[in-house]
Amino acid sequence: MLIVTCIKQVPDTTQVKIDPVTNTLVREGVPFIMNPYDTHALEESLRLKDRYGFRVVAISMGPPNADVTLRKALAVGVDEVVLLSDRAFGGADTLATSKVLAEAIARLAKEDELAFVICGQQTIDGDTAQVGPGIATRMKLAQITLVDRVDSVDLTAKRAVLRRKLEGRHELVESRMPAMLTVVREINRPRYPTVPMRLAAADAPVPIWNNEVLGLDVQTIGLKGSPTKVNKIFSPQREMGEIIGDGTHDPDGTAKLLIDRMLEKDLLAL
Amino acid sequence: MNHPKIFALLVVISVVAFIYSCIVRFRLVSVGKPSDRISRFGERVWSMLLYAFGQKRVVSRPFGLNHFAIFWSFLVLALANAEFVVSGVTGKAVSFMLLPHPVYAALYLLFDVISVVTIVAILIAMGRRFFCPPKFIDALSRDAFIILTMILGLMIAFFGTHGAEMAARIAEGKNAFHYMPVSSAVAGLFAGMAPHAIQHAAVGFWWLHAVILLSFLNYLPYSKHMHILTAIPNCFLRSLTQVNTLPREAFTKDATYGVGDIKGFTWKDLFDSYSCTECGRCQDVCPAANTGKPLNPKQVIHDLKLNVLANGPALLEGGKPGVPLIGTGEHGSISEDAIWSCTSCGACMEACPVFIEQMPKLLMLRRHLVETEGKFPEELITFFENSEQRSNPWGIAPAERTKWYANLDVKPFDEHTEYLFFVGCAGAFDARSKQVTVALAHIFDAAGISWGVLGRDEKCCGDSLRRLGNEYVFDRMVRENIDTFKTRGVKKIVTQCPHCFSTLKNDYKQFGIELEVIHHTELLQQLIAAGKLPISAAAQGRLVFHDSCYLARHNDITEAPRAVLAATGAEPLEMPRHGRESFCCGAGGGRMWMEENLGTRINTTRVTEALAENPDTICVSCPYCLTMMEDGLKDVDAFDRVHVKDVAEIVAEHLREAVKK
Repeated sequence: MLIVTCIKQVPDTTQVKIDPVTNTLVREGVPFIMNPYDTHALEESLRLKDRYGFRVVAISMGPPNADVTLRKALAVGVDEVVLLSDRAFGGADTLATSKVLAEAIARLAKEDELAFVICGQQTIDGDTAQVGPGIATRMKLAQITLVDRVDSVDLTAKRAVLRRKLEGRHELVESRMPAMLTVVREINRPRYPTVPMRLAAADAPVPIWNNEVLGLDVQTIGLKGSPTKVNKIFSPQREMGEIIGDGTHDPDGTAKLLIDRMLEKDLLAL
Repeated sequence: MNHPKIFALLVVISVVAFIYSCIVRFRLVSVGKPSDRISRFGERVWSMLLYAFGQKRVVSRPFGLNHFAIFWSFLVLALANAEFVVSGVTGKAVSFMLLPHPVYAALYLLFDVISVVTIVAILIAMGRRFFCPPKFIDALSRDAFIILTMILGLMIAFFGTHGAEMAARIAEGKNAFHYMPVSSAVAGLFAGMAPHAIQHAAVGFWWLHAVILLSFLNYLPYSKHMHILTAIPNCFLRSLTQVNTLPREAFTKDATYGVGDIKGFTWKDLFDSYSCTECGRCQDVCPAANTGKPLNPKQVIHDLKLNVLANGPALLEGGKPGVPLIGTGEHGSISEDAIWSCTSCGACMEACPVFIEQMPKLLMLRRHLVETEGKFPEELITFFENSEQRSNPWGIAPAERTKWYANLDVKPFDEHTEYLFFVGCAGAFDARSKQVTVALAHIFDAAGISWGVLGRDEKCCGDSLRRLGNEYVFDRMVRENIDTFKTRGVKKIVTQCPHCFSTLKNDYKQFGIELEVIHHTELLQQLIAAGKLPISAAAQGRLVFHDSCYLARHNDITEAPRAVLAATGAEPLEMPRHGRESFCCGAGGGRMWMEENLGTRINTTRVTEALAENPDTICVSCPYCLTMMEDGLKDVDAFDRVHVKDVAEIVAEHLREAVKK
């Protein structure tokens, strides 16, 4: 049975600045990384592989250089990777992206029975958390978001018991399979690639599927298929704070002052 | 009668058995990888004379002289024992008696006296083990007492034989040999015995001597006293340069990465394990062993030996090792906790009288764990990923490397600049260390030297990565840094951090770049000596100096920081452990980025030692030491009364004084 894990190559947002004049992201010289949430999706796929023997395929939609990120997936042990890359896919919003990903997963599922699609909770560049659910909706999969634990998978009954991490509580759910899971970062600690795996991954082929392979209507994908329009990106203005007390000479008094001030502004609850 | 034929047969059997044992044991060493330990022959011979025959390191500690006495007695008595065997086999036909009288008289006098020296030394050694055992030796070890008893037995048998023979001569009305005063005195003990009884005693002691001698020979290869055979060659085979780096690794597909079984070590690593006599000096100085961590360098070397003995035979036949090298820590395996406890401070290697290289072995085991198994303490994954993705341990955006000089006039390094100031990750990102960086910038400007920085193009030097066994990422980082150095025309580098210093200076050489690297304390010393720094010396409070391992021990820089401090008017106090014998702060070897969950804290141990000098200031020369000493002071509630300062900060304070005037 098959697990497809979806990975996105994102700019390292800690290094991205917003140009104050043009209000656009300054991406020049900013390195790309695997979306941190996706590293946990990848890890959970591999743990399920270790537990139940699934075949794991990692897919990513992105420019041709996104193969670097898929090689990282190979280096930690996925069986295969597919890069979905075509100019026609470019400029996609979450709707158009999930359409391409869903089509690719459907093709993979023709050869092997699909058990799970596993995605990160969201990406650090878009922060929408919509692509995973988008795939589930299009493919009519069970949709379990914010999973922080996979309790059990029953391969014969095709049911899985999963725990969701919600605000202040957990929810234990039983799901039919195939299911689309999005995972939170607390679900696991990703493994570290060994050198033999890195070297093997560096030379491994990364198959590219373009729209000739997927055969989607170009009006429904990429920029043309994206109803979302971003008008403006900007950093919120930060107000300069104030210096209170005298930490050097009166640390205790200053700490007290600080706590009082935080209580006043309702930043602390007693 | 001494039965020469029976003795000859026993000698032949013993020697054959001994040679066989040696071949069996030493052949196992050949499963190791090659290592050049022959070149620079002359220096090696000198090293052997100085450290093996001169026992230079042995005598540096209490009871070392005792070992010196036993060692040299052993060499002299080897001659006596050779004669014993030859004369025994030939029925006394061949002996030193054939030599001219003054020569053999002198030899026998020597043997007589030396045998007494040996008895005294052996009794001292036994007494030390019984009555005042240091905690770093296994005082009542059976092995040790078997050997000590055997040597003592040999001496007793020596005097018994000669005393009885002498008594027999006296009984026959001949003179005692005046050149054997001790044996002559022993002869007195036999006075009054019947002549045939004296004869029997002489024969009895002779056979006792013979049996102990041949047993001793055959016991050696199976005991820790194998070092009698290996310690001298080990001093010849030692690394002639300071062991402050690790070998490079070839990242080809069919290679192994790091050391996962004994075949991965070099033959010299395996030979090291044969050379250890468990004197425990490495254990005594090891920061991990001293703070209750599961690492004991002595035990590591001992386990390595057990592992060689257990797995060697199978490996020689092309089989697989049965006892794992990395395992539970029991019988021939080394535990992961032990492997991760090393701070790479190098104190063990500095203390070892026979130059066993403990540290690199542990770090090669780390390489295997990280690179082949992907296994390491979980907090390190963040460190590894931050290093790989953002070229610094904290994972701060590289653009922020320039933040410390946002309000200063600092120039980027270009081809006209003399010194690249390699700020280092701590110097650029750590709030406290940034103050040291700023102090250095002021000092460099005050001295008028030409310097610049790489700004956001600087990447971590890779020190911690390498010591933590992540050679793959280290390798890439070094090549990237070297590209930058070459493009920007960097020739001379001054560093704030001793770890950057040692890595750029020693490790980068392996990557084909020769840089002139200098630590800031050295540069300050030069600038002061050249009169380029306007310093006003002023009396300071009590200041104790803590040596950084990577400066003092790994690179032999102990004078520069002290000279600089002296120029500011400070009179640095010394802790008991200082200079090359300094005690680690606990942050080296990548331990900076790890939790210290086992045992007590290394930094509080060191801080407590410093506080015994009742200082106002603890002075350091390393950002890691700075952090560890400050944290240690907080742990022992002394942070409000004792300051930790870098040498550069003290210089900067005295600069300002000078500028004011």
